[in-house]
Amino acid sequence: MAGHSGRVRVRAASLVAPLAVFIGVTFAVPLGLMLLRSVHDPVVADAMPATLALLAEWDGQGDPGEAVYAAAAGELAAASDAGTLGQVASRVNRVQGGLRSVMVRTPRRLRDAPDGPRRAALADIDPDWTDPATWRAIRTAGERWTLRHYLHAVDLDRGAAGGVVRQPPEARIYVRLFARTFGVAGAVTALCLLLGYPIAYLIANAPAARARWLLALVLVPFWTSLLVRTTSWIVLLQTQGVVNDLLVAAGLVADGERLALVHNMTGTLVAMTHVLLPFMVLPLYSVMRGIPARQMAAAASLGAGFVHAFRRVYWPQTVPGVGAGSLLVFILAIGYYITPALVGGQSGQLISNLIAYHMQTSLNWGLAGALGGILLASVGVLYLAYDRVVGVDRMKLG
Amino acid sequence: MPPTPQPAEGPPHVEFEGVSKSYDQRTRAVDDLDLTVRRGEFLTLLGPSGSGKTTCLMMLAGFEAPTAGTIRIEGRRINDVPPRRRGIGMVFQNYALFPHMTVGGNLAFPLEVRGLDAAERRRRVDRALELVRLEGLAGRRPGQLSGGQQQRVAIARALVFEPELVLMDEPLGALDRRLREELQYEIRRIHADLGVTVLYVNHDQNEAMVMSDRVAVFRDGRIEQAASPEALYEEPERSFVARFIGENNRLAGRVAAVHNEICDVEVDGGIVRAFRVAPCGPGDRATLSIRPERVAIAPTPGLYTNEFDARVEDITFLGDHLRLRLDVCGRSDFIVKIPNMVGHGAVIEGDRVRVGWTPTDCRVLDPDDEEETP
Repeated sequence: MAGHSGRVRVRAASLVAPLAVFIGVTFAVPLGLMLLRSVHDPVVADAMPATLALLAEWDGQGDPGEAVYAAAAGELAAASDAGTLGQVASRVNRVQGGLRSVMVRTPRRLRDAPDGPRRAALADIDPDWTDPATWRAIRTAGERWTLRHYLHAVDLDRGAAGGVVRQPPEARIYVRLFARTFGVAGAVTALCLLLGYPIAYLIANAPAARARWLLALVLVPFWTSLLVRTTSWIVLLQTQGVVNDLLVAAGLVADGERLALVHNMTGTLVAMTHVLLPFMVLPLYSVMRGIPARQMAAAASLGAGFVHAFRRVYWPQTVPGVGAGSLLVFILAIGYYITPALVGGQSGQLISNLIAYHMQTSLNWGLAGALGGILLASVGVLYLAYDRVVGVDRMKLG
Repeated sequence: MPPTPQPAEGPPHVEFEGVSKSYDQRTRAVDDLDLTVRRGEFLTLLGPSGSGKTTCLMMLAGFEAPTAGTIRIEGRRINDVPPRRRGIGMVFQNYALFPHMTVGGNLAFPLEVRGLDAAERRRRVDRALELVRLEGLAGRRPGQLSGGQQQRVAIARALVFEPELVLMDEPLGALDRRLREELQYEIRRIHADLGVTVLYVNHDQNEAMVMSDRVAVFRDGRIEQAASPEALYEEPERSFVARFIGENNRLAGRVAAVHNEICDVEVDGGIVRAFRVAPCGPGDRATLSIRPERVAIAPTPGLYTNEFDARVEDITFLGDHLRLRLDVCGRSDFIVKIPNMVGHGAVIEGDRVRVGWTPTDCRVLDPDDEEETP
């Protein structure tokens, strides 16, 4: 008997195994690596261990001393030979701008420099080497485990004295972008709810044949490429586009004052609402389908007007659907990337576009990971809040 | 013994006058209907599904608008009054309780709408729960109750704001037999206690017989006959009613002669003398309706006017009575019920027996063209 049930268990496990492996490889591991990267950066620490060990003794103010210069010169040369100098330099450069070229240039020039104290040789190559700030930057970039990416992600930095300070005003971009992202996600969620609630009600209370058609219409966007849908909005909303043409033809807008509907916040809101609407409609529909039409009739027979009946009888029963839809749309919206990138213009860019920038262009994966980690944490907080207010077990996703 | 419903007397409470309802402009779900319900009456609208009974109820409740005709409550035309202003208590088919509210919340809902204060609401909710014997369950949710308890809550909710007219749309349809019988009794008791007028939609003839002062039998949007259960059973005026209420044997034939209320009808196998209900003359087609328990087996010769030779095809023992299937007058599905008394063993399958019945137990009705439902 035990052997039999054991075999059954093994067979069941082997059926789930491919999915478990798939989720592990494509989801859990990358997510873990991203979060790891946001707090763990071994590049500088591995390349300059001796220098960093010596810098640890240094007070961070005066001259670090010849030993540091010698160690740094040797390790920079070694990194240059190993081909990792570029990575090391760009890490340090992120802490303090301008140091990249200094560090890349140094080993080549050192080869031609006369023997003698390395301090003089380095100072000769670039006066920045005598600036304590340079060494502080190397020391900071050399932290193997660090929270500085998270500090940067919320526009903070470590000050010269060691405390946490705000970034200079011109460098404060992320907090504003986070605020904009949450604002846009909230607005999109509200728009989806406003538009989706009546649609879901209509479908849930339509005769079966018509309901199937309406549901298919809601789902049509799913069958179309996101890229196609987004670019269609550009065609529709651009200054010489269909919407503006119609408004001008109707005499509502003068030809010279065509509205800027795309490549700004308006475009982002319109396109995102359109793309995310099905995610609101489906959970709402699934909840509403379970509410007998007779309930509103019953409320009316008991003397309640429509508003009262809706508020006391219908709405409370749809709250799990409203919660599930809103949570879904909000979570998808704060991670939205392609749509804002295409129709958002400058003012319609969201935090995910910046994450993409740091992943692909600046290659600052640590900061990208920290920004992503913050998004992930805020989704977790939302989920917990939803659980507290509505109860996750009451959530209906479709 | 449950209290016997009082025969309803008194002024009209609800009147349907020439009411029609069409959903598609071609066919009529309700067709030129006239019906008066007296105050305090328990009236059942009985009929097969699609016969228009529920549509009638929905028009009275205000959820459907009549295509033509007038509906009055206490003489006042209510065609254009919205449902919430009609003050009618309604019990829905699947209860339509509000699952997110407690039983107390459900019952307080109509009182809250009417602006009653908390103390008064509480008092009335308690009284309504007492009425349906659910004291102490005010704090439960409908989902935590059994089907029968949910039904009681639905009834209490329809009564809690003290309407004078209560509509019930197949309220016991979802319950099992035992529970149904219990609630039939309960609803009758409540009706007797409160003296409200009840319109009850149903397709179960036994339930209609048990509960109603009067039953209106619906067919194809029209009322075939509206009468007390006894009258419907004993004196059906239409062959549809005879077929729908209780079991009965039907013989198709042609009228041979008419003598006032009695006429002779020629059927396969002879002439039957019968009681004339539908107007008919010699040569007309007609249906004879004979209740199975009114047929005597091996009667004293000459006692009954109608006597025929029959062959016993089949005997079923049903405890209190025996059910015989006979071949007589050209029909092989002629049913006779005989009480289970000493001596019934005299009849066995294959026997040839004489059967007889009186003209008054055999009614001449309109020709029934519909195929018998098995």
